[in-house]
Order: sequence, then structure tokens, then C-alpha cells
Amino acid sequence: MNADPESILGLLRGALPGVHISLRKNPGPSAQHSLLIEASGLVEASRFLRDHQEFDLLSNVTGIDWPDPTKADKVAPTEDEGAIAPEVGFLEVVYHLFSTTRRVGPLVLRCRTKDRREDVRIPSLVSVYRSAEFQEREIYDLFGVTFTGHPDLRRILMWDEYVDHPMRKDYVAPDDYEYEPTPHDAVLEKAKVHYPAPS
Amino acid sequence: MICRAPTLEGSDEDQLLRVSLGPQHPSTHGVFRMNVVLDGETVVRLKPVFGYLHRNHEKIAEGTSYLASMPYTDRLDYICPLSNNWAYALAVERLAGVEVPERAEYMRVILAELTRLINHTAFLGFILGDMGAWGSALMYAFREREKILDLFEDLTGARMMANFMRFGGCRNDLPTGWAERVSVIVNDYGPFLDEMEKFLVGNEILLSRSQDVGQLPKEQLLNGGITGPMLRAAGVNYDLRKADPYGIYERFEFRIPLGEKGDCYDRIMIRFLEMRESLKILRQALAQLPEGDYIHPKAKLRNFKAPVGEVYSRIEGPKGELGFYLISDGATNPYRYRVRPPSFVNLTLLEDMCLGLDLADVIIILGSIDIVLGEVDR
Repeated sequence: MNADPESILGLLRGALPGVHISLRKNPGPSAQHSLLIEASGLVEASRFLRDHQEFDLLSNVTGIDWPDPTKADKVAPTEDEGAIAPEVGFLEVVYHLFSTTRRVGPLVLRCRTKDRREDVRIPSLVSVYRSAEFQEREIYDLFGVTFTGHPDLRRILMWDEYVDHPMRKDYVAPDDYEYEPTPHDAVLEKAKVHYPAPS
Repeated sequence: MICRAPTLEGSDEDQLLRVSLGPQHPSTHGVFRMNVVLDGETVVRLKPVFGYLHRNHEKIAEGTSYLASMPYTDRLDYICPLSNNWAYALAVERLAGVEVPERAEYMRVILAELTRLINHTAFLGFILGDMGAWGSALMYAFREREKILDLFEDLTGARMMANFMRFGGCRNDLPTGWAERVSVIVNDYGPFLDEMEKFLVGNEILLSRSQDVGQLPKEQLLNGGITGPMLRAAGVNYDLRKADPYGIYERFEFRIPLGEKGDCYDRIMIRFLEMRESLKILRQALAQLPEGDYIHPKAKLRNFKAPVGEVYSRIEGPKGELGFYLISDGATNPYRYRVRPPSFVNLTLLEDMCLGLDLADVIIILGSIDIVLGEVDR
């Protein structure tokens, strides 16, 4: 059973008056609407949901890269007048909360970074839900979101010396990683960059 | 008894021993490594190292069509490809609002429960191997697993890499006589489980290696995102087949076995009990299996597009909650494709379970979590 984000929005606004939260409608048939929470209030909001609304299981945490900010509002549009439409691309983290006692969920929370390069910080939820620990490390690794307050923020799937973030939409895969037994056409063309023809 | 873990700070730094367990070792269930710090025999720190099998499954799926990701899901948890198929097909069906005919729903339940039998049986073989009974238990387990894999081969063409579910049903219908062969296996499985239990339950080595090892309070397990048999062994009644029903599970009568202490012994026994419940579901599903379409006649596979929106959908996989999160921007490929793998999240509390115990216990605890690295590293 899907959670009822509209009533939870009212409760959250009552409990955290200073935090801007907007309801995001899901236009698809799944009707899993979500709540976009300002980064500064994310930890308090999730603690409120855990302690007062019995959302005891943070099942899934994942990142999304939105180089085109209008696309994000197309997938999760809002009717909230006060919501500010982002002008530059940003990274988004999505949380799926469940209640094992009330057996409702998912309650979908979203949180956005300011942009994709300069300010990519989002507060870590590890202090509220331990299940976020490895999943946030994965988002840090693959998307490049910096989780402030994370106890052990290191790369997890890629190796430590790696520099890029492969899940970003503008990531360009290296072209010399694959051994080609019989190189031809496009492969030979690409290989020229790495192995210039003998002069 | 919950062990109070000695901290790194309390130990004499010079006396500590750093051990790298894995990545190439049979007890690590694939290419998984743990950096362990020992004070004598006692674990004072344990950091898992992932990624040896990482191929960025999610990035591949975002660059290809919805249907083309189906064979990749087989390779996540390669012990249970058909459960992965179902989880992905279900997510796409919820994303696009696709209907599934009755017969296909029954086929899916039968295949998913057979997969659960395979997984839990193989688990028993592996964990006995971890305890030192290398070979015999695994042979007994794999003998039974092989019979079910024969069935899968006749149905899907592959023993493991099934690529069988489609959005709106299954790829092909059951071959003639297939359901009857499942009935034979279901009838023989009870005696096999009896035999296996007789070998194991009273075994002194199994008892002393697994009892009071690796338990944590259930609140901590839940907060750590642990799901599946691991969570239920600690007594939390949370099985998605009942708690968040999908498919047609509401039509079947079965119970959710629960453990009491949540130690490794409970985790082993809960798998025995779950298999017996799976057999109940299989008997009911085989008796009720209707005639009809195995895929919705209007199901669109090639050039499939989902309406704009997103979905998080999950099933009770044999290892825990297997979720798929999909975002569609209306194109033929998903804008975002995320797998929530139970094996990966269940490892979150591995260090907490092992602190203060002996190094030998780490192997049993890791075995009792039941991980598959294809799914952990993706």
C-alpha cells in the first residue's frame, strides 16, 4: 500500500515550520508521489518520520543525475506555488521509506544539491538510518554527491584512486579498456589517440 | 548474549594483527574481501571491500531498451535468475500499467518458489562448507538443485540464465508434462528436507559453531536495512509476500516462519522452514494452475515505451527485499534504473555482528547472510 504523502506533508510542515517541503506528483500509473525536502531539514524530517510515523525501514537510497533541470520537473512535477524551479542542472538523492509495523510504503523523499559541480552536498542519514551507510557511499562513488556527516565516506565499487563518477549522464567511458583481438574500423580510429602511428 | 565489543582504542596497538580475508577464497562466496583487524583471535574491526565484480549494470541498463536489460538481471543474483526476472518485469509493469494474465501469474509463482528452494538448498550446502563439512552437504544440496535446474532448462532453454519473464507475462508456455514433473519434485522434496534436517539439526559441530553467533537486536537489524530470512530469524514478521503482496500471493495459504534469537542457527533453521512453506505454495499453485494466455495478447516488447513517471517496486527475493527503481522520461530506455540488491544492503551490519567474536565466526556469519557477489557489486 502506497504511503499517503499529502497527509504526511501536513504533519511535516507542522513539525518543521522552517523547512521548505513540496509535494511532487508522479504522473505515471504507479502514483507514487514524493516529497521534495530542503537539504537543511532532511535529517530532522527523517528523524520525525522514524520516531513519530513508524517509518522504521529505509529500504532504498539512490541518486539521479539531472543535467537538464526541466526534465526533473517533468518526471516529478509540483503544483506548489512556493517551489523554486532550479535553473542549473543538479544531483538528486531519492529515499524510499517503509513502515514494517503499519505496513505502508514506499514514502518517497527527494533531496537536491545546489548544482552538479560546485556545491554537491547533502546531509547524510546514517545517524538516523544505518541502512544508508553503504548506499550513500555508492552514490558518492558513482554520482559524486558529498554526504556531510557520513562516518566513512569512501569509494565503494570503484577503486580508491579513481577520479570520475560513472553514473553521471555526461560521463565518457574510456576507449582503451577493452582488448580487441581483431581491431578494425572505429576501434582502430580510436586507438590512434593512444598508439600514434610510427613516424 | 550480545557481546560487548572491545574497541580498537582499548587494544594495544602493537599487538594488533591485520588480516586480509579474500578476495579469492571459497568461504567469501565469490570475490569479496574483508579487511579484519584482530586482537589475538578477537575481531576488533572489519571493513568489507567491494567492487571486484563491478560492471555498472545500472549504466548499461540506462543505455539500452527496457527488454534488453532482462538478460542482465539474470546475472545479478545468478543463483536465483527467475526471481530477478520477476522483480524487473513487475517494476516495468507497474511503471507502464501493464496487465498480466492469470496463467502467467501462476507460472511466476511456481518459478519463484522453485527458485527459493534452489537458493535455500544451496545455502545449506554452502554454510556447511563454511563450517568445515566441505563437499558432502554441498553434494546433497546440489543433487536436488540439479533436478530443478533440469526443469528450468526444459522451460527456458538455460539452466541458470533464464531470461524468461516478459512485461505482461512469460516468454513461452509450459511444455507438455512440465507441471507434472514439478509435482514429482515437490513430493520428493519433503523427504529430502527430512533427511537433511536429520543430518544437521542435532549435529554437535553445527550447534557449537552457529548457536549464539552473530545475533543483533531486531531494532538494529531493521535500522540497518536487513531484510529477508536474516530479519525474520530475529523474530520480525516482515515477509513482502504477506506485508506488501504482489502477484497472486494473497490466494495461497502459507505461514511466515520466525526465529527467536536471530543467531546463525536460527538463520539456518528458518531456511528449512521457509522451504517447507514454499512446498505448500507450490502444491496449491500447481493444483490451481489455469489454462489461458502465458503473456498478455497486447503486450508490447519491442520498441516498448513507458509513460513519464517513476516507480519503486520490490519482491521478496530468496535473500531479502529485491527492489527495482525506474524512472521513465518517455523514451525507449529508462532514464534511471536502479537495483536495490538484498545482498549488498544485508552486508551493512556485518562488522557489528562480528565485533568481539573469533575470526572463525566471521566465516559463519558471512555465510549466514547469504550473499551473491553478482548482486553485491553489480
